[in-house]
Amino acid sequence: MSKVYVSHNNIISSLGFSSDAVVSKISKETSGLQRIDNKSILPEPFYTSLINTEILQENFNKLHPKAEYTRLEQMMITSLSKVIDASNIKLNDRVGLILSTTKGNVDALDTNNPFSKDRAYLSELGNQVKNFFGFKNKAIVVSNACVSGILAVAIAKRYIQQDVYDHVFITSGDVITEFILSGFNSFQALSSAPCKPYDADRTGINIGEVAASVLVTNNSTDLAKEAVTVLGEGSCNDANHISGPSRTGEGLYRSMQSAFKQANITAEDVDFISAHGTATMYNDEMEAIAFNRMQLSNVPLNSLKGYFGHSLGASGLVETIVGMHALKNNTLYKSLGFETLGVTKPLNIITKTTEKNITRFLKTASGFGGCNTAILFQKTN
Amino acid sequence: MNTNYHIKSFCSIKNNQVSLNGSVVYKDEENSFSQFIKAAYKQQNSKYPKFFKMDNLSKLAFLAADILLKNENLSKEKENNIAIVFSNKSSSLDTDRKHQESIQNKESYFPSPAVFVYTLPNICIGEISIKYKLYSENSFFIFDSFNATHLLTYTNSLLSSNKANQVLCGWVEFDDENNYQAFLYLVSTKGTTKHNKQDIIKLYNT
Repeated sequence: MSKVYVSHNNIISSLGFSSDAVVSKISKETSGLQRIDNKSILPEPFYTSLINTEILQENFNKLHPKAEYTRLEQMMITSLSKVIDASNIKLNDRVGLILSTTKGNVDALDTNNPFSKDRAYLSELGNQVKNFFGFKNKAIVVSNACVSGILAVAIAKRYIQQDVYDHVFITSGDVITEFILSGFNSFQALSSAPCKPYDADRTGINIGEVAASVLVTNNSTDLAKEAVTVLGEGSCNDANHISGPSRTGEGLYRSMQSAFKQANITAEDVDFISAHGTATMYNDEMEAIAFNRMQLSNVPLNSLKGYFGHSLGASGLVETIVGMHALKNNTLYKSLGFETLGVTKPLNIITKTTEKNITRFLKTASGFGGCNTAILFQKTN
Repeated sequence: MNTNYHIKSFCSIKNNQVSLNGSVVYKDEENSFSQFIKAAYKQQNSKYPKFFKMDNLSKLAFLAADILLKNENLSKEKENNIAIVFSNKSSSLDTDRKHQESIQNKESYFPSPAVFVYTLPNICIGEISIKYKLYSENSFFIFDSFNATHLLTYTNSLLSSNKANQVLCGWVEFDDENNYQAFLYLVSTKGTTKHNKQDIIKLYNT
């Protein structure tokens, strides 16, 4: 079975328009979250991270678009173009395209949106991105709730190992819409303060806006400095509840077991965990149980939601990219917003950004529908 | 690539007609989708009260999966490692439109968690996983039309890497009451129909 690498990458977020710029802000413990008080979007004030519209348009216009594109399309295309440029790969029939999103252009359903309602079809989003760059293959759109971004990496690996593609470009993103905010608010899950994953005083989640893109490839030459090898992956269901995580962390536990088995490594071989950590009590507690069942309670762990908020379809991918840079920089990044442990099982939350020689990390995510995904990555250089 | 996989059984729901392995098991051409799917559920004796709380896409996917899996006489004692790989064109748009309607006007603003939770296509996979205790690999993909090549590649990958023993896969589309279709099939090492692109397309079109 050929090795599969995650290589060139880009993040567009409120913390910057390149992975390096974003990671540099994270190393300074700078959060991209801000308070918004706008009754036309949500009756109550809330915290979110928003991509700067002016800078986005400036970057997007440099690509000479010949038609009108939605905000999400602009985010995805701008982000992906930077990865395609860095990769220098010809887009032939051995190159795949995967899009990860939960809601795509759902804002097109709003009667006040200038775009046609048909733009809300996710396949249409896929076509827009595919045609902009001239990919030879149809876009594969993954919409599997909050694990989509990390699951997309597993799917890319599987396509490469089935010998369908040599390279797969993934782009991911969701926009901050009234649609999404009103929904999470109806669950009373939104926090009116910056989120505090795993903390005793947590008050719920923040939704954030990010576009993130990577190249997944079987070619070990021309890799980015922060490239990683995909050691193993798994994506298992809780079979328990459609909107609440399992009390035993069953699906996450099994996803990790599946990933460790394929990677043929043990808990001691993992240097840190980039966890989901949404800062809801149910999620954080479920993760603590699952990590303890896997004997991972001593492994340094962070949630990056305190920097970006929960960026839905992009979250798993943006957090993977930051994890890749953490390995390259030999640095464990602080889990922002955490002070006192607020779960019933021990976890080794990173309270201070520290330099340390590190080689491997585990990325996990969980979402509605009982879905979970775990992937193990190893430094290549 | 291992080509020793077979399509063990298949189920389709379209035009107010349910069929299993090519034989019609329920038909009701008069009624609307909502009435039809409830009547089909009752006639099939599915006995799962949560069914009535589901959105249209979940009802459609759940019933097709239930009819197919019930016929497999799965073991209740030991776990069944059956992965679920679904796809469609309209994602959860039918329910998305309902949620949008509930927030469109500030004067009649009534977003509901019971509706919002179904604004993700993979919720129907969760419903089936709960009923059949499937702690297995699962994923939802979106394409503008039925994509046999994709389902074939992804299913072969899950089977050949031992991530799953069988894969329940197919197309579950619900755009509106007049535009819906479910076509699910179970891929296994046993069966008479070869697991290849031509046969998948042939069954999809029957």
